[in-house]
Amino acid sequence: MAFGCGERRKPPVEPVTLKILVAGGFGVGKTTLVGTVSDIRPLRTEEVLTEAGRPVDDTRGVEGKDTTTVAMDFGRIALREDLVLYLFGTPGQDRFWFLWDELATGALGAVVLADTRRLEDCFAAVDYFERRSIPFVVGVNCFEGTTRYPAETVRQALDLDVDVPVVLCDARERESAKEVVIAAVRHAGAHTADRRRSVTT
Amino acid sequence: MSGDGQGISHWFDDEAGPVVRPYAMTRGRTSHAAQHRLDLIAVVVSEPPKDDLETDPLLSPEHVDIVELCRDTPQSVAELAAELDLPVGVVRVLVGDLVDGELVHVTRPVPPAELVDENILRDVISGLRAL
Ligand SMILES: Nc1nc2c(ncn2[C@@H]2O[C@H](COP(=O)(O)OP(=O)(O)O)[C@@H](O)[C@H]2O)c(=O)[nH]1
Ligand SMILES: [Mg+2]
Repeated sequence: MAFGCGERRKPPVEPVTLKILVAGGFGVGKTTLVGTVSDIRPLRTEEVLTEAGRPVDDTRGVEGKDTTTVAMDFGRIALREDLVLYLFGTPGQDRFWFLWDELATGALGAVVLADTRRLEDCFAAVDYFERRSIPFVVGVNCFEGTTRYPAETVRQALDLDVDVPVVLCDARERESAKEVVIAAVRHAGAHTADRRRSVTT
Repeated sequence: MSGDGQGISHWFDDEAGPVVRPYAMTRGRTSHAAQHRLDLIAVVVSEPPKDDLETDPLLSPEHVDIVELCRDTPQSVAELAAELDLPVGVVRVLVGDLVDGELVHVTRPVPPAELVDENILRDVISGLRAL
């Protein structure tokens, strides 16, 4: 170390952190989107099942000390030294819904990615966020060679509320992926402000 | 879900990792008084160094790793788990120990409603645009 013990270091910056979830069916482009907008390649964390507080029937079959782990991808975007946004890809299968609860707590909002060839894959995610009043936008990931549907058609097919933004995107393109995340932040801001207003009036 | 009668063999798949991860590091503990469900984006900050950590018999190498990683750059629980290749639950327990030992403190995330109040979202959007 170049500096002696007497050197007073200035305290490190403690950033404000935010999180946005990226949900949708398997193979729809969640990890791709997280990687495209993040500073670094997506990181992985593991959560262990059968922790205290999990619903009993979800731990059935993994009795005793046996546990299994679920991997999650996430990305980090340092917007400023003191402002960091995290994107968490939700585990693809519905049976990991208890992990979603953990992820969703304190989340600013969510992106639900949809593939028009199998829209039904994102029903569970749309349902999940609607029920919990977590603001979300739908990103329609436009894979090559697939028919492009207007956003309105997707909205109707998913039976979305009029205020839910639907954004066509390419999860591999930085600008496009950024627009989806920006839409989610804007929508979360508007949604929260609306709720506030409806409480105070 | 587990009620569909498919049984145990279908429980593990490519999204599930290795079965059975010993909790030796946390001496079997899976929860902690100070744990309080630490959020994945809660930030761990090391306190100014006191004694030599390496020789503290109560600290595992993983405890020391966390204190050192969070010294210059405070890190989220999720980042620590990824960096140390440990399950999030284990990191929560280790961070809880370190909080008790006053070697680190934890900054909890600002609730979304307050982010809106404080115009932080405006900064987030302009930050994203500038990327
Ligand atoms: N053509 C095209 N391929 C994509 C797009 N997004 C993702 N992919 C590909 O689809 C596959 C699955 O993507 P991935 O991000 O792993 O999906 P996840 O399961 O939702 O995380 C990968 O091979 C990606 O390269 C896209 O917008 N266009
Ligand atoms: Mg993935």
